[in-house]
Amino acid sequence: MSGVSRSKSPMGALVVLAILAVGVIAPFFLSRYQIGLATQILIFGMLAMSIDILVGFTGRTSLGHGAIFGASTYVVLYCVTQSGLSPYLAVLLGIATATVLAAIFALLAVRTNGVYFLLLTLALGMIVWGICLRWTQVTGGENGLRGDIRPKALSDYKDFYWFILALAALVTFGIRRFVQSPFGLTLRGIRDSDSRMRSLGYNVPLHLFIGFTMSGFFAGVAGAFYAFFNNFVSPSTVALTQSVESLLMAIIGGVGTLYGSFIGASALIALQNLVSSHTERWQSVLGITFTLIMIFAPEGIVGKFRALREKYANKH
Amino acid sequence: MSLFQLLNGLTFAALLFVVASGFTLIFGLLRIVNLAHGALYLFGGYIGFTIATKIGSFTLGIVGAMAAVAVMGFALNEGLLRFVRGFELRQVLLSLGVAFVLNDMSLVIWGGDSFTVPIPEELTGGFRVFGTFYPKYRLFVLLMGVLIFIGLWVLINKTRLGALIRAGVDDAEMVEAAGINIQRVFLMTFLLGSALAGMGGVMGGAFLSLYPSADSEILVFSLAIVIIGGRGSLIGVGVGSLMVGLLNTLGQVMFPELAYFVIFGPMAAILAFRPMGLFGKAV
Repeated sequence: MSGVSRSKSPMGALVVLAILAVGVIAPFFLSRYQIGLATQILIFGMLAMSIDILVGFTGRTSLGHGAIFGASTYVVLYCVTQSGLSPYLAVLLGIATATVLAAIFALLAVRTNGVYFLLLTLALGMIVWGICLRWTQVTGGENGLRGDIRPKALSDYKDFYWFILALAALVTFGIRRFVQSPFGLTLRGIRDSDSRMRSLGYNVPLHLFIGFTMSGFFAGVAGAFYAFFNNFVSPSTVALTQSVESLLMAIIGGVGTLYGSFIGASALIALQNLVSSHTERWQSVLGITFTLIMIFAPEGIVGKFRALREKYANKH
Repeated sequence: MSLFQLLNGLTFAALLFVVASGFTLIFGLLRIVNLAHGALYLFGGYIGFTIATKIGSFTLGIVGAMAAVAVMGFALNEGLLRFVRGFELRQVLLSLGVAFVLNDMSLVIWGGDSFTVPIPEELTGGFRVFGTFYPKYRLFVLLMGVLIFIGLWVLINKTRLGALIRAGVDDAEMVEAAGINIQRVFLMTFLLGSALAGMGGVMGGAFLSLYPSADSEILVFSLAIVIIGGRGSLIGVGVGSLMVGLLNTLGQVMFPELAYFVIFGPMAAILAFRPMGLFGKAV
């Protein structure tokens, strides 16, 4: 797992700018449906990237991020439809809730590593799901919460797409800065050997706590704006499937690559749309994809590509 | 808490023990966290339900479900997990993918309705226990839980296979170096653990009923039990099951909508003081 290289080269910056430019002009060539898909990809890309902070840069695999993401979505929808708050305030509250929830998860999870970390985040996420399913008075139970909550300024689907594109660029920049900061370096140190970091005098649990909470904050941002996108939330938004799908996006894209998350999100959402138009067995396809990736390409598509390129380069 | 609720908690704990003991056996020895365990439980339940309604024998239902789920466990272990041996996280995530497929397949085969495994005639009706009328079947589940605990305890502490399992939990490589085919011990454990999930499915299917999300619910309880009790410890599963079973019942009485949240408390407390669980050993 290699970290993001500090590419200061003008080439890297140019590529990023070119991709952004394509993103900006894309709506002029796409149908309404395709723009909707692109918006969805950006939102889930942000979620996958927040998971990548933990998986790729901290060496901790979380299966609870769907719940953190969805909790934010729930709060935004509840605040606007039930309490009549302004959507902007609701977004802030949603993000705050996700961050606090992540902090609670983190308090417990920093004591574990490896497979225990995964089990614990899985169990915590399932508890959130169980509450959303059963606490019908607040969450609407299986029916969930519904309401046209997107503010007027963003009601046009193209405007909303551009807004999410700008947000995704901002979040990507923020996460990149975060993992490349001296603090991010300590996280990578913990990923490689937490006993060594401990003997160097770093407060490993505190670093993990902050890393997890930050990751939850970004997942909360994605979740809050998902509420604007979807105008609907139900227990399936906080379910394990959500955590698994977003983890799979991060893995397909290649953990520790950040940008790969958007590639992973595109691949999985494209696959989901393709499958859903032919059969209702998306869950099986998801499970099979996950199983195959684990056997054949655990380093993801980007990682696989890198490995193949290196192999090729070594031969010559 | 009345006696009725106490018995409800105990019988639920007995069912959880049957399911979670298989889960922790596999986790303890093979270091595989089999997240498909819940799906195996559900499949076992459905298969038992089908046999019990078609043939009319509850016992055959249990035996059939155990055999069928053991075969599924065999396929999972030999067909898929062998490719990722030694990679802990990849194993877990792979088993999660399998759980998704199995859950979806059960939806295809049995549909989304909820089913209850028919109880044999001898176990219908109730007993009077200290002045409280209580269903016979649930007492039967409690008895089975206790019997399986004793059976597993004898197996692990008094038999050759048990000695190998215990040695394998501590240091699998050393056991192999002593000339023992540890892979066979692994396989036996995997089959036993899977069969227990299948048995739990039939037993639970008769009083909790079977529906598409029952697998994730039982999986969360199993995870909580392993986190509380510790990896690979039979006593740990027993204590964990009792805690989770009783607390869940208490939670359902006190705050029915947030019952799920109640198991979070002990899990958090134990993680804070003993991250390896009450009876777990540090690796």
